[in-house]
Amino acid sequence: MSTSFATELVTNAIGRRVPTAVNGHEAVPYQGVDGYRSTGRKAGPPIRSNSDYPTNGDKRVPDLETALRLCGLRDGMTIGTHHHLRNGDRVALTALQTAARIGARDLMWFPSASFPCHEPVIDLMKSGLVHHIEGSMNGPLGDYCSHGHMRGLGVLRSHGGRWQAIQDGEVHIDIAVIAAPTADYFGNADGSHGPSACGSLGFALADSIYADRVIVVTDNLVPFPCVPWQIQGNNVDYVVEVPSIGDPAKIVSGTTQITRSPDRLRISQLVARFLRDSGIMRDGFSFQAGAGGIALAFVDYLARMMKEANVKASFVRGGSTKYLVDLLHEGLIGCILDGQTFDLDAVRSIASDPRHVATSPFTSYNFHGKGNFASMIDACVLGATEVDVNFNANVVTHSDGRLLHGIGGWQNCLFAGCTILAVPSFRDRIPVIVDEVTTVTGPGELIDVIATERGIAINPQRQDLLDAVKGKGLPIRPIEEIKAEVEEICGGKPAKARLVDNPVAVVKWVDGTVIDTVWQVADDNPYAPKVSGGE
Amino acid sequence: MSISTVSDVTVRKGEAGRAGGDVRSDLHIAFEERTAGGIEIDLQSRVDLYYGSQIRQQVRDVLQALGVEHAYVAITDEGALPFVIAARIEAAVRRAGLGKNKSALPEAVALPEPSVKDRLRRSRLYLPGNEPKYFVNAALHGPDAIILDLEDSVHYAEKDTARLLVRNALRAVDFGAAERMVRINQLPLGMPDLEEIVPQAPDLVLIPKVETPEQVSDVVGAVNSIAKRSGVTRPIWLMPILESALGIENAFAIASASGQIAAITIGLEDYTADLGVAKTSGGSETLYARMRIANAAHAAHVQAIDSVYGDVTDSEGLLRWGETSRAMGFEGMGCIHPMQIEVIHQAFAPTLSELEKAAKIVAAYDEAQARGLGVVSLGSKMIDAPVVQRAQKLVARAKQMGMAIEPAGEKS
Repeated sequence: MSTSFATELVTNAIGRRVPTAVNGHEAVPYQGVDGYRSTGRKAGPPIRSNSDYPTNGDKRVPDLETALRLCGLRDGMTIGTHHHLRNGDRVALTALQTAARIGARDLMWFPSASFPCHEPVIDLMKSGLVHHIEGSMNGPLGDYCSHGHMRGLGVLRSHGGRWQAIQDGEVHIDIAVIAAPTADYFGNADGSHGPSACGSLGFALADSIYADRVIVVTDNLVPFPCVPWQIQGNNVDYVVEVPSIGDPAKIVSGTTQITRSPDRLRISQLVARFLRDSGIMRDGFSFQAGAGGIALAFVDYLARMMKEANVKASFVRGGSTKYLVDLLHEGLIGCILDGQTFDLDAVRSIASDPRHVATSPFTSYNFHGKGNFASMIDACVLGATEVDVNFNANVVTHSDGRLLHGIGGWQNCLFAGCTILAVPSFRDRIPVIVDEVTTVTGPGELIDVIATERGIAINPQRQDLLDAVKGKGLPIRPIEEIKAEVEEICGGKPAKARLVDNPVAVVKWVDGTVIDTVWQVADDNPYAPKVSGGE
Repeated sequence: MSISTVSDVTVRKGEAGRAGGDVRSDLHIAFEERTAGGIEIDLQSRVDLYYGSQIRQQVRDVLQALGVEHAYVAITDEGALPFVIAARIEAAVRRAGLGKNKSALPEAVALPEPSVKDRLRRSRLYLPGNEPKYFVNAALHGPDAIILDLEDSVHYAEKDTARLLVRNALRAVDFGAAERMVRINQLPLGMPDLEEIVPQAPDLVLIPKVETPEQVSDVVGAVNSIAKRSGVTRPIWLMPILESALGIENAFAIASASGQIAAITIGLEDYTADLGVAKTSGGSETLYARMRIANAAHAAHVQAIDSVYGDVTDSEGLLRWGETSRAMGFEGMGCIHPMQIEVIHQAFAPTLSELEKAAKIVAAYDEAQARGLGVVSLGSKMIDAPVVQRAQKLVARAKQMGMAIEPAGEKS
């Protein structure tokens, strides 16, 4: 059932072979970090008239099937969903299954990210309902695509790239199905309240503005007006009330404990020391933080150093957790610009504290915005599955070539003043620092620092950073030296992934060009590490 | 060794190592001797794609070194490094009753300078001897020493596999500047431990549950004869661990039982159990024993080293404990998690005012020496010789700890 895509391949500006057409549309090869500009006017939804909507504002319909029928669902359409409900989401799958009941075929599913709970979409691809997915694929979905079973090419975009693709008209959402933890009958919707509260709803914003038709699905219908609203009812066609939009236990976690892994703690501490000793940590600075093991520990170390030095950050951007909320309350940071809300404390904070602000890919990441928050950050700490000696990094595939992660905001965050990848130098016996990454997701010229447990490598292009930390006692080492040491420990260079010359997905750069291709994996190792899902 | 009979042929089998579940950086091997057909390898590995051919080659090399020509080997590998793979294969072959008087040693890394008796021993990081995943990065956390433990952290049934793993780690793992220590089992179980590890020149051997000087002498005799036989010329220091009321009573005799003793230490879990009292974080129930250790050590001119602090998350409690230890005359303590290292180093560092004062005294002494004066004085005060010695030792230690020494005030 393997599918091949006869298409011309060219070598792009970073030396990778990429197709010139993707799912029937022309695709522009990557032309350098800042090498490409699309022109013309942004795409827009069709003109609507309020005369065609109920004057009393009540847009409720009995169920999702009715809503989809009223939206004119037909074969080949594109369905957009968001991933703020993470692994607890029930709405995206229900929407697709309902479409199958109606008898639609060959849909394109366009999620802002997918999770392990979306595994049944594989059945919907087999049955013909879903033609292909443009969005993150991991776990079983990633394996399905990696083995060449999907009928179209997967397209992996950053959160900012998803917005760019919509505005460029590269992807046109026919129907957006927006899960809303709270909404009113007019379609105003909010993520911070209700039994399935998830905090920000920023990933659904583009869908609500640009889709032909917009359905809001909620399990917490409140009297008009739902305030504050993150999704404006004026963009919404229909409102559907359901018993539950998701599993609250999987939507937000309890307070995540900071890792006790000695190596991860060491990496986190080195990153914090790097920011302090390089002078980036100074009064009024800003940083980006996430909810992963290293990120949480990094914030903890940095906060202690900020207190010691009596330094305050003006703002922090990223995924919010109890740890960030505590820093906000202690006055160590002036404001949280929240892209994703990870735990209950953070949900409560975003619902009640005006200094905890919900943001969207439009404010933070969009290539077609007139500026964005991510590039205004002084320092940003990210992860990667592989990094090469040219500082290029991979986040989308495992070293064996299988799809592993979506890009998330990762590419967009590379534009920070100082981008630091915090990674172990090897995992078990799999080197993370390699000669050439399996899939280029980010170009080395945007990656300034690689922090590993065995030392910190600074991109030779950043002489200013090299000078700033000279003599500060940090273990600064050339990346080649760390790589050689890891190969010594692991017993030589690892063999490269075995791949078939058949593209299964492409990786888009933030401007919409194709930076790399994901190839079909040749064979399956039944004992390969299990891939856990996630954004 | 387990033996079963298949068609009148005795088949010798052995298994070793762990795989599955949350096991990482280890492997499980099932070895079965054959009478013909060469080596057949059934490999399941999470790193098969990257290192599968190297692993298969290593299996053949190790079996050849152990004199095995025909065998079936089933391996489930969770990303074990080469020195671990070699140790697990050797353990399985030995359990099958084969490979006698042979070994398959991994490639050796260059060793650091030999250890000296009075070196800095503020922190010693315990590594369970049969848990390979912690070995490779242990030194990165900057402990003064690492301890590969063959005693309490290793199940009785795994002593044979652990001592091969520890042997290979001593040989193949770069522990950087850390002193390479091994805690052996009590004799006689400790004898085969010594047979495996002494040829790999550990810097120091910890002897557990010592109650009499004779126990130390037995270990000294064994260490030295194995070292001589295997051509090890680097010094191998000893650190007896006193873990009972009787051991504490004999502290001075134990501490002075051999010139190879560099330090004595105390095991508080066993000691409080021997006394039948509860171990508290304040530690008042062990105050006498710890003071006795400190006094005996100084009387015997060896280092006094404290026990471990059990609550990994309580870094403030650890800091207080360490500061008290230092005040009592201890020079270091054990760590059960790398997070404790930095706190312990902080606790055992002299305070800045102590250091300034000591530096002043040393400067005054140096000046008196230069001017040929017999009396050292600082301002209007005369300084006694022992005070000068203490100051010199403190300044020297601070230098080893990497502290900046700035004598307060100027020479006058």
